Amino acid sequence: MSNDMSNTTSTNNPSDKNTIDCEEALKRLFEYIDHELHGRRHEEMEDHMSKCRSCYSRLEFEKRLQQHLKNATEQKAPQELQNKIKKLIHKL
Amino acid sequence: MREEQDIKQWFEHEVTGVLDDLYGAALRLAKNPADAEDLVGEAVARAFGNLHTLNDRQAFRGWIFRILSNCFITECRKRKTRAEMSLNGDDASDDGEFWLFDKLHQPFLLWWGNPEQEFLNSLLRDDLIKALDGLPENFRIVLVLAEVEGFNYQDIAGILEVPVGTVRSRLSRARSLLQKALWQHAKDRGITTEPTKDLNRQDTL
Ligand SMILES: [Zn+2]
Repeated sequence: MSNDMSNTTSTNNPSDKNTIDCEEALKRLFEYIDHELHGRRHEEMEDHMSKCRSCYSRLEFEKRLQQHLKNATEQKAPQELQNKIKKLIHKL
Repeated sequence: MREEQDIKQWFEHEVTGVLDDLYGAALRLAKNPADAEDLVGEAVARAFGNLHTLNDRQAFRGWIFRILSNCFITECRKRKTRAEMSLNGDDASDDGEFWLFDKLHQPFLLWWGNPEQEFLNSLLRDDLIKALDGLPENFRIVLVLAEVEGFNYQDIAGILEVPVGTVRSRLSRARSLLQKALWQHAKDRGITTEPTKDLNRQDTL
């Protein structure tokens, strides 16, 4: 079996502890993006993403979509609101 | 008296530091600037009145977002009938998951280049805002806290006073619903077509 994309695993045995399949990777995808995976669950994802082009493109797509959403919703409080809030706090 | 002034000064400083974030979240919750300003004002007033419930000053941001969320939820309940509220349950919406990537990443579309990139490039701020604003409150609020405000699941669980597992499942559902809405908006604007149908039609012609 050729394994040209990564040499991080010492074996190609599918039961290797660092191996998860695409289905499992998909289940964890958003937790991975949200930095909510830790330890082995995180390492298994890193490993899968380094080897699987399809899941990696999906990851990139979801990240970019999130960034779009973040940019679209970025909002500064109007100066008028800042003044109102200051006045409000002084009256409290 | 002196101490009271110090507290007020500290409070004002903290509020000023998070005001943009509070307003940004409030705007997506209330959906219009006037109501968003009212929501922020109410949250700030309530926060000051409940300052004794803030145990750790470092936790100010999460704490005041919890108050903002509660103000919003209370306001929603006041305005809505029971029937409308029940639409916002966790299992409110129809079918299964929907992911844009699955729609875009099809062999048929891939012939023409990079459909994912093209889709993202064609997305307008307005499409995103409309899709987000169209989500039921429960889902909108969790998405705003996670994606817009960058809170982690544990923080969101604290803010919404629900278990972490609920945050995880609501967030997943919210993302799926958002993507479905984005797809719908894109279709309405003629950006996407149903590739399989068009393909079939061409085949039979
Ligand atoms: Zn994969």
